[in-house]
Amino acid sequence: MKEQIQQHVKNLLAEGKIKGFLGLRQQGTDIGPYLFTTADELEDLSLGDRQDPGDSRYPLDKILKRIAHKYPTDTFGVLVRGCDERALRQLFAVSMLHRDRVIPVGFACPSELAEKHQCWKPFPDALVAGEVSPGFAGGEDAVGARLDLLAKLQEWFDTFDTCVKCYGCRNICPVCYCHDCTLEEAALLPTGDIPPANPNFLMTRAMHMVGRSLCVYCGLCEEVCPANIPLKSLYKLVAKVVGQEGTTPEGRAAQQKTSGSGQQAVGSQG
Amino acid sequence: MDYKTVLTTCAYCGCGCGLYLEVLDGQAIGTIPSKTNPINEGKLCVKGWNIHEFVQHPKRLTKPLMRKNGALVETSWDEALDYTVSRLKEIKEAHGSDSIGFFASAKVTNEENYIIMKFARAAVGTNNVDHCARL
Repeated sequence: MKEQIQQHVKNLLAEGKIKGFLGLRQQGTDIGPYLFTTADELEDLSLGDRQDPGDSRYPLDKILKRIAHKYPTDTFGVLVRGCDERALRQLFAVSMLHRDRVIPVGFACPSELAEKHQCWKPFPDALVAGEVSPGFAGGEDAVGARLDLLAKLQEWFDTFDTCVKCYGCRNICPVCYCHDCTLEEAALLPTGDIPPANPNFLMTRAMHMVGRSLCVYCGLCEEVCPANIPLKSLYKLVAKVVGQEGTTPEGRAAQQKTSGSGQQAVGSQG
Repeated sequence: MDYKTVLTTCAYCGCGCGLYLEVLDGQAIGTIPSKTNPINEGKLCVKGWNIHEFVQHPKRLTKPLMRKNGALVETSWDEALDYTVSRLKEIKEAHGSDSIGFFASAKVTNEENYIIMKFARAAVGTNNVDHCARL
């Protein structure tokens, strides 16, 4: 699978279609984001699987945004999974990236990773390599008994109290793009007392993610949270309350089932 | 265009979280926690997330400062060290070794902490040595 990606990117670079390719590089046992500009460097390309599939994912779309912002007339390639491509589309829609200046190079995730993250479409349309697997088909939510947000509100607020205010969920989020972030509003950050009260911004963030249908349920926020707050579950529950159930993994899976668009769409896109 | 990600270790405390500094055209523009680092496993605290900001910050100290006539002014290492040595000697003579304390740092290497500990105990003769991680 990696060889196909390497060859594809080498061709894109050789043909001058892209100025660089934002992917992942393996350095010893470390895997991190890297902008490949020559064919030789691609020897060290990684797909973000160190010990388990997808255990080293990074928000490459968001990183690309920073580079493209300074070089708006250049075209870049970017390594994408299904979730990355969904995020890319969100960024195109809000003009944070230009769709004509981004060439996604996609690969499919295995079904175990799709199940783990409840990904209903674990492959991008811009598929270059990998076997397409069907993805999450809906069913029981992992949080089970906590499904009713309003009934368990206090429990959730207790969970929010474990927040260490690192802003990691916002920083890592591929679709968080605002220059002035509401989470830094003075009204949400009480000061003066020691210890300072916990800013109650997790619900605010949930409303932003869900109310505007931005969240692509990649799960990077949960992976980055030092307090292990189940943010994706929170977003799903908030989605239920605000009538956006259709944007959750369960909602998307159900839509795919009724429209039959899942596997058929893949067939036509090879 | 020159975009690099530099794998390094957070300098804010002694934990040793792994992170990538994003460097675009020579400017540190962002921090990305390393997913593969066994210490932080892709997580960071709020300080670590913002560590790129101090690297090239204009307010960062690059030269020793000495207070002269009530104001801090830049000076040479030689002058700063000579002054420090002479004053430490005076204070030790006048008030004894335990009138001096040393404050080391969790942000520097073990070896540097060892040196300041040795200097405090062996050269100055006091056990007054502590460091910033013991808040």
